[in-house]
Amino acid sequence: MKPLLKSREALLALVILAMTIAIALRFPAFVAPANLANVINDTAPLMILGLGQMIVILTKCIDLSVTATLALTGMVAALLNGMGVPLPLILLIVIALGAALGAVNGVLVWKVGIPSIVVTLGTMTIYRGVIFLMTDGKWVNAHQMSDGFKALPRAVILGFPVMSWIAFALIAIFAVLMTRTALGRAFYAVGGNPHAAVYAGIDVGKTQFAGFVLSGALAGLTGYLWIARYAVAYVDVASGFELNVVAACVIGGISIAGGVGSVAGVILGAIFLGIIANALPVIGISPFWQMAISGLAIVVAVAFNATQSRAPGRLILKQVDA
Amino acid sequence: MTQIAPPAPRIVPDRLQSPLSRALRSWEMLLLGVAVAIFIINSFASPYFLNVWNLSDATFNFTEKAMIAFAMAMLIIAGEIDLSVASIIALASTAMGLVMTAGYGTPVIALAGIATGVVCGVVNGTFVARFNLPSIVVTIGTMSLFRGVSYIILGDQAFTGYPKDFAFFGQGYVGWVISFELALFVVTALAFYLLLHRTNFGRAVYVIGNNATAAQFSGIRVARVRFTLFVLTGLMSGIAAVCLTSRLGSTRPSIATGMELEVITMVVLGGVSILGGSGRILGVVLAAFIMGLVTFGFGLLNVPGIVMSIFLGLLLISTIAIPRLIRRK
Repeated sequence: MKPLLKSREALLALVILAMTIAIALRFPAFVAPANLANVINDTAPLMILGLGQMIVILTKCIDLSVTATLALTGMVAALLNGMGVPLPLILLIVIALGAALGAVNGVLVWKVGIPSIVVTLGTMTIYRGVIFLMTDGKWVNAHQMSDGFKALPRAVILGFPVMSWIAFALIAIFAVLMTRTALGRAFYAVGGNPHAAVYAGIDVGKTQFAGFVLSGALAGLTGYLWIARYAVAYVDVASGFELNVVAACVIGGISIAGGVGSVAGVILGAIFLGIIANALPVIGISPFWQMAISGLAIVVAVAFNATQSRAPGRLILKQVDA
Repeated sequence: MTQIAPPAPRIVPDRLQSPLSRALRSWEMLLLGVAVAIFIINSFASPYFLNVWNLSDATFNFTEKAMIAFAMAMLIIAGEIDLSVASIIALASTAMGLVMTAGYGTPVIALAGIATGVVCGVVNGTFVARFNLPSIVVTIGTMSLFRGVSYIILGDQAFTGYPKDFAFFGQGYVGWVISFELALFVVTALAFYLLLHRTNFGRAVYVIGNNATAAQFSGIRVARVRFTLFVLTGLMSGIAAVCLTSRLGSTRPSIATGMELEVITMVVLGGVSILGGSGRILGVVLAAFIMGLVTFGFGLLNVPGIVMSIFLGLLLISTIAIPRLIRRK
């Protein structure tokens, strides 16, 4: 068994715990159960997007278009709702649309062989541009959305809103996917050693494609949740949030070189950022600090990741003489 | 982000192409054709296009971005990338605002901007070259960090009231219709051409981009070259920040948001391989002209900016995709 303190996830959990205790000493109200549930719920979109981004990064790619996908699917959800389409159908459509947008990224990476950073930098602006073309830059405001549409993510069950429960369910599903299925192993294999993956019969491009589709589908679902929760849809929704998603992954120990990372890590990374975002106003620091703090957290985390280099491969055949 | 493909069978031609046919078939020639075509289309599309003053105005669309693009091209050829350039502009511009508020004159303001750019480049370079970290994550981090510091300093405020003579960098003319920025663009293009194509340093950049390990073994100080490239990119971002701030006459923390995308698009459109190892300054110069002409043409036709950015996104993807798809046949 791995010593607990050496595990990256345990270390990050300790940091989060220490941070929370430090805040609680000065501001006990911060750790009231209702407030903590609120922090978790605020962090739910980051967790959901982080799960998708984790898979993409595991396969040596990156998806900078997640929040553009979120904004586009969210806008589509709002427009469909305005046309009177029933909510279950809207949910199916946004997930499918998100998956399709992810598939566009995936095909360009898989079939055309363009580096993912270029593809998603491009589609990021294209997807947002499409929102503008659809709406002429107009907003969809709260009074233009039906009550049922807005109520779903906020409905509280057993102390947590539905948005949190969706995040919990997805965490459970992805934990199983990553550790108990062939596809999950393939994601790690493709990132860990693409050449070996090919010899093991894994199609590298296809696996990367699957990662983009999953990331897109999750972004599509988050699109609805985001728009319904904040009750407004416009071109620049969640603009720049993709950096927070990448930050959650990097802080959670997902190696940008691929092949290393876990669901627990990315969720802890998201919670770390979520606590900072929610604690800043409580401690009385301007929210304008948040951007610099998450930037600093990325740089520190990536430097820290590098010092904790992977364990060297075990020597199975000793050289007799040298 | 590497692609795994079986090694292609090597076809060795029995004679080399003549220099002329090589030049005619080059990416730069294609770009030149596109630039001429856009120029002709624009002059038919709008009666206001063929006017020296309008054309001179149009150069402002690309001069600042191109200055950064030259340095970014060298960085990408060496196999690295810097996503933080637009944030460096924000921080450098904020620094200039602070210096201006403290009562210093134009020379100190400009120096503060350039120095901030260099410091940001040193930060990026230290993380990438000294600590051996992947440049993409480091610069995603510093992208938030640098702009974040601007937000901490400025919040929702803005610096305005730069001295009158400070306006020269972004609004002044050195003679007739030649703006200071256009002149600076020409000078930096020449300087980077010489640096990349006529010096040992430039050769080293190509070698590192093609095979960093081989470069190390052939005696190139790989880390030092990488570090220098990041500092150079920071320096050019600082200079661009001086020009942009002077042109706008104000500093907001959101200044130049998304400019990194346009700079990278310019570099890639210019024929620089995003995987490193190949590309030329001439291509980037032509790509700058194309992007400037397209932006200007769209502007004359009253096309909104966001439609322009869709076009840029498509341009970025298709310039890489089309040659790959053609080569596959």
